[in-house]
Amino acid sequence: MKYLAQQAINALQLGSIYALIALGYSMVYGVLTMINFAHGDVFMLGAFFCLLLIAIVPVPFWVALIVVMGATAILGTLIERFAYRPLRDAPRVSAIITALGCGLVIQNTTLGISPYARPMPHLLDNVTYQFGGLTITTLQIIIIGVSVGLMMVLDFLIRKTSFGMAMRAVASDRATVSLLGVPANEIIAITFAIGAALGGAAGLLYGMAYPVVSAAMGITVGWKAFVAAVIGGIGNMRGAVLGAFILGAVEVMTVAVLPSTYRDLISYSLLLLILVIKPHGLLGKPTLHKA
Amino acid sequence: MTDWTKSRYLPPVVLFAGLIITVILPATGLLNDYLQFVLVSVAINAILCVSLNLVNGWMGEFSVGHAGFMALGAYASAILTVKLFPAAPDILLFPIAVLIGGCVAGLAGIPVGILSFKTRGDYLAIITLAFLMIVKSGLENIPYTGGPRGLLGIPRLTTVAWAYFWCVVAFWVIRNLVYSKYGRGIAAIREDEIAAEAMGVNTRTAKLVAFVTSSFFAGVAGALFAHQLQFINPSSFDILKSTEILVMVYLGGVASLGGSFLGAGVVTILTQCLQPLGTWRMVVLPALLVLLMLFRPAGIMGYRDWNWLKPHLSLKLRSKTENKNENGKETVS
Amino acid sequence: MHLHTRLILTTLVFSGCLLTSCQPTKPSVKIGINAELTGEMPAVGASCKQAAELFTEQVNKAGGLILGNVKLPIQLSVIDNSCKADQSAAAAQRLISQDGVLVMVGPNASSCAIPAGEIAESLGCLMISPWSTNPKTTQDSQTGKPKKNVFRACFTDRFESPVLAAFATKNLNAKTAAVLYDVSSEAPTSQSALFKEAFEKAGGKVVAMETYSTGDRDFAAQLTKIRESSPDIIYLPAPYNDTPLIAAQARQLEIKAPFLGSDAWSSPDIIKLDSGKNLEGSYFCNHYSTEAASPKAKQFIADYTARYGNAPDDVAALTYDAMTLAANSIASAGKADRSKVRDAMATMRTFDGVTGHFVYPEGAREPAKSAVIMQIKDGGFHWVSTVEP
Repeated sequence: MKYLAQQAINALQLGSIYALIALGYSMVYGVLTMINFAHGDVFMLGAFFCLLLIAIVPVPFWVALIVVMGATAILGTLIERFAYRPLRDAPRVSAIITALGCGLVIQNTTLGISPYARPMPHLLDNVTYQFGGLTITTLQIIIIGVSVGLMMVLDFLIRKTSFGMAMRAVASDRATVSLLGVPANEIIAITFAIGAALGGAAGLLYGMAYPVVSAAMGITVGWKAFVAAVIGGIGNMRGAVLGAFILGAVEVMTVAVLPSTYRDLISYSLLLLILVIKPHGLLGKPTLHKA
Repeated sequence: MTDWTKSRYLPPVVLFAGLIITVILPATGLLNDYLQFVLVSVAINAILCVSLNLVNGWMGEFSVGHAGFMALGAYASAILTVKLFPAAPDILLFPIAVLIGGCVAGLAGIPVGILSFKTRGDYLAIITLAFLMIVKSGLENIPYTGGPRGLLGIPRLTTVAWAYFWCVVAFWVIRNLVYSKYGRGIAAIREDEIAAEAMGVNTRTAKLVAFVTSSFFAGVAGALFAHQLQFINPSSFDILKSTEILVMVYLGGVASLGGSFLGAGVVTILTQCLQPLGTWRMVVLPALLVLLMLFRPAGIMGYRDWNWLKPHLSLKLRSKTENKNENGKETVS
Repeated sequence: MHLHTRLILTTLVFSGCLLTSCQPTKPSVKIGINAELTGEMPAVGASCKQAAELFTEQVNKAGGLILGNVKLPIQLSVIDNSCKADQSAAAAQRLISQDGVLVMVGPNASSCAIPAGEIAESLGCLMISPWSTNPKTTQDSQTGKPKKNVFRACFTDRFESPVLAAFATKNLNAKTAAVLYDVSSEAPTSQSALFKEAFEKAGGKVVAMETYSTGDRDFAAQLTKIRESSPDIIYLPAPYNDTPLIAAQARQLEIKAPFLGSDAWSSPDIIKLDSGKNLEGSYFCNHYSTEAASPKAKQFIADYTARYGNAPDDVAALTYDAMTLAANSIASAGKADRSKVRDAMATMRTFDGVTGHFVYPEGAREPAKSAVIMQIKDGGFHWVSTVEP
């Protein structure tokens, strides 16, 4: 029982990080119905920006978080402006391939500049607390706390502010909203920025949790988070969070009970099962198409 | 006398001549092992490209699971040549092994095809991704095939001749498929599935045919790949490999036979030539792709092909010549 | 542009590329380096490349290698295998067929060395792996007998794992051990299996055998299981960039047991990456130590440090020895004939290298030589003891 509870804490940590990244995927999909394959690499850059920042001027954790989120937000906006906006009206596949290409370019450029794995600088004193035989560290508390906090802020933003309303409007019908005076391009740019900022935050937190940072981290984690977003219903924010925690739990529990090679098998089989039963994900809404 | 360049027997004769050349050339020593290796790689990538193009290009889906079918073909054929019949004569065993590899992959294409009946677009993409990861992860858990560390000691049976042969077969079959009744159906699905169904196209059969053919040839390519590299492990067939094939398809041109070959050739040769750049070559290639997508979203030869590949047009070409009188003037247009 | 024109132009460009990659060269002795310059362990590849270049420079400055009755310079061909098996095979193919090397030095990671060995064997070219300790590298996968063309400059896991097990039971008084290893990589898997066998033969008990896959970052689940089994030591044959991560997570989970590592820890980067100093006090097995160096080794260390600014690690030292072995075989053969070079290597019985005294018994592909136990302490590697074969 205690063992399972410990694994549950591990699952919460992993799930929180996946959730932050999955939110980025869902947001972009919501407004543009486009899978932003470069998002995983933006996440990776979050950790690298932190390395760069600390190398120039050592700052405390909260400052680093804000700066990294700002930097990745700018990066996300730039990618949208130069790589995706020209393809807004092209066949969807071209946009997806461009996203894939951008992701590869970012990843390999970072690899070219920094082929070696780097240690994450020390940002936070990590104290381990023991209670009832369970261990939990300040790092875990911070990761789960920051993630949940950011998610709640985002939820508030989407549901209760006019910006959120504009975002949802653009998601449902982009052409018409422009007629109604909503600046669609700007809304989309800001959506990308927010999504990228969340991804950057996830990168920083991930770097703190697993302090060896390498340019290849984006692919595996990025795809996992994408799977999480799909499980929950891509385009749906709450679905993304739900899917992420489910995936985190499945991954940790599988390894806890079976040899680690079964992890991907079980996670993806679960995904397939969910998609066969609910083709739009757990919380997704069906769109009109031929059965 | 009919102009022999317009004879209907020209393509088979030329291709057969090509086969003879690929058998003779390596033996003469003009092609060193490395160049043979590159040519075989180009052929394998071309088969992968054209088979993926069938689903992604002509049918307009977005499948990322192609490496999974390749893996099945590679492992199935390797099991035959390494574990089950290591002592059998190669000339007999190899084509059978490749065929069986293709069949195993083709069979795996059936469930994916069936799943595609209800899902389209991004969700199908994710289903194919899940399929790929399940195959990869499943292979990692089978100790018989070496588990995650892979299968060693696969005999080197892929020669330039065999690669050429299977490449020609793949292009032949897919070209005929695409310009047949099923091919028209597949293209109709791409354009508008509901309208196609309304017009009487049996979309289910068309989708199944597309997926099974596509995965069959992916399996064939996988078998050739295994017998070229002499070693396979599950991580060779991951999302990165699928991404490579996608890059080739979209670079060369969707829904195009020439484009498939072009994409495969360009990417394979560039990857070898740009070796001195090291990691940066993997920046150059995707950057090229992104630029291409901005200016030519369908790829270099997207949706286009040479006229001699298209049966209705090549027929017209032939009949035009036969209808010219002695003065070179056309009697029938 | 017209479709045909575009096509012709692209074909011309690429034929040009292919042709330019075959450059005419002055007569020289070609040696190929198949190294992990990018991927999971770029520090290993970098050490290998640097040591090979140092050796080449030294030989060429002295006039070159004596082949028959001429002195020819060594020409190195370095290809990156990205620490991936299929790229390693492709690199081997390119080095042997395209670049026409007489000897291939590398790869170092066993997962890359094994497929490269297959290619070297089928193409009949001598291959010397500096660092691959996995027994399978030099074994024919079908018959289990030693391959004809593949040799190595280091000892194998069959020697290393019992050394570590003995150290654990005798010096660390460990009765129980837990093992965490990468099941998708050859080297850790064979090392773990051999360690378990040796540890249990020495009277200990392996209480947990956990696995992960290459690229994994989160080991909390496996470490929690290990914590439940309360081992005296934890054997961690992971490469230098994964080990600090695993150690950090273990300490976070309040696992106090000391760590024991394989020679995969040997890169000094492991200390750089261990920002939380979680590996302080841990032990591992290595091929040579800068502290217990012979005079020959001291000279090499001085030259390398002067040239590159940092002390050579074991990969560099072993590569230097592998290059010396290769050069000696070529000189001994007297001609640029691959089978003669291979035979010359096979007839070599003893050799004194930077990493110690090598003894190649008849028919063996790996040398019998000593291993050292090192400890990570005060931000550096410290020599603890030497174990003779």
